[in-house]
Amino acid sequence: MTATTVSAGPAGVRTNSETWGRFSAAGLVVLLLVAPLGIYPVFLMKLMCFALFAAAFNLLIGYVGLLSFGHAAFFGTGAYVSAHAAKVWHLDPLLCVVLGAVAGGFLGVLVGYLAIKRKGIYFSMITLALSQMVFFIALQAPFTGGEDGIQGVPRGMLFGVLDLNKPMAMYGFVLVLFLFGMFALWRIVNSPFGQILKAIREHEPRAISLGYDVQRYKLIAFTISAALAGMAGGAKSLVFQLASLTDITWQMSGEVVLITLLGGIGTMLGPVVGALIVVTLENYLAAMDFPVTVLIGAIFVACVLLFRRGVVGEIEHALRKRA
Amino acid sequence: MPAPDIILQAQGLTKEFLGFIAVKNVNLAVKRGSIHALIGPNGAGKTTVFNLLTKFLTPSSGTIRFDGVDVTNEQPAVVARRGLVRSFQISATFPHLTVLENIRVALQRRAGLATQFWRSDKILRQLDERARELISDFNLDAYTDTPAVDLSYGRKRALEIATTLALEPTMLLLDEPMAGMGHEDIDRVVGLIRKAAVGRTILMVEHNLSVVSNLCDTITVLQRGEIIAEGDYATVSQDPRVREAYMGLEEA
Repeated sequence: MTATTVSAGPAGVRTNSETWGRFSAAGLVVLLLVAPLGIYPVFLMKLMCFALFAAAFNLLIGYVGLLSFGHAAFFGTGAYVSAHAAKVWHLDPLLCVVLGAVAGGFLGVLVGYLAIKRKGIYFSMITLALSQMVFFIALQAPFTGGEDGIQGVPRGMLFGVLDLNKPMAMYGFVLVLFLFGMFALWRIVNSPFGQILKAIREHEPRAISLGYDVQRYKLIAFTISAALAGMAGGAKSLVFQLASLTDITWQMSGEVVLITLLGGIGTMLGPVVGALIVVTLENYLAAMDFPVTVLIGAIFVACVLLFRRGVVGEIEHALRKRA
Repeated sequence: MPAPDIILQAQGLTKEFLGFIAVKNVNLAVKRGSIHALIGPNGAGKTTVFNLLTKFLTPSSGTIRFDGVDVTNEQPAVVARRGLVRSFQISATFPHLTVLENIRVALQRRAGLATQFWRSDKILRQLDERARELISDFNLDAYTDTPAVDLSYGRKRALEIATTLALEPTMLLLDEPMAGMGHEDIDRVVGLIRKAAVGRTILMVEHNLSVVSNLCDTITVLQRGEIIAEGDYATVSQDPRVREAYMGLEEA
């Protein structure tokens, strides 16, 4: 799969899109601040967790050109580790989420180290195979609770003072985590390192011929992506007070691919919009008899056939063309 | 041991692909400061030799020494960092980066601005001055903020060479720099290569003997994976085996 949706236009256009980017980022923050007044907070928190998960995944596919098909392993590991830290060790919720991110990142180093030796579909297959191994470990290991998962995870008291069982407190906590993750990704993409990642995505042999050790750059990106996916998983386990096998299945890896593709690969806001679409559909259709997967599959087909750049990608493209 | 004025030396270079010998016992010595051409008809093994020298392929046997160091078993990025930098047959630019950004990517590594993922890319502006100099050298001023993908073929070539020179390499390896070009463009690229050759060594792979006639000091002719002649243009063009190789091609 090639990912060339993102591109820096000529200087004039870029200044416009930079302004547009800031404007839409500010809009998103305002929206998320007022949204819980009218919308069920748990839904919004789920949305933010999946948006962050997809944004972390997007760092690889959108900015390095690597399609990981095993990102649920990092999301799920983050969820299990955070849940365990909260329920068994009774740690501070922030520390639980940090531990989830560290666990995701650590697993990311291992998986990434093995997977980046290969390219294209082989890379994807290795990530899938390794994530299936992690799935079976989660199924068998004593601390994950097997089929039951880890249930009744306490949300705890943030810094010992803020009771996260209050919906608004929890919402604020997740919002801060989400904004931190998105900021980190934005910073990475627009950093000297991000510039080299884009160069690798654009023409890997050329980057090598310029003396860049591309494997190292890929591994760093993979690790960061896995850590943020772990953080998203950790936050999710505190929101739902549950870490389960669902978080770590290959279907979850597929879902994050879908979310990112739908929203727009290689765009900052694409994963957020994609998550909004998919999570909304899943939530509102869950009560109906109509199978959600059929509808999501149909949307996926429509996306590939009609708007390959994804929702945000198409909008950006239209804006750039007008400019 | 190579003589001190030999910058790149390959000895007994052989590459076999599943029983097919693409390159057979090639001995090549490139003098420091010269423009050296490696030519031969289609399928002579030029590109294979080229990829062996830049480590994009591993030789089945033989050794490669660059600047007195045995680089036979080194990774391509390491060889590049030693100052032996290659170009590609198909213009190798970063298509969706601007001309300025393309050159900055080459400058970033030496400036130590490549791995910082926590800093703003605005810091890269300190490289702009040097990048703009190179852009001017290759008459790309008007295209500084144009994505490379939108450049004409000849300008992509110019950008590629400018990017390569940003590394300040000791030696350049050019893979068919004139491939797919018209006459005007060829003259232009010959000019670019002369410009790049100042104070450097160049080894270029070329298909066409006449193109390299007045550009190169030494010409090595390869056929079916073996060297059949070497010398200046006058010597090589008179060689009966070279004439046969090229005549044979023309008849075909």
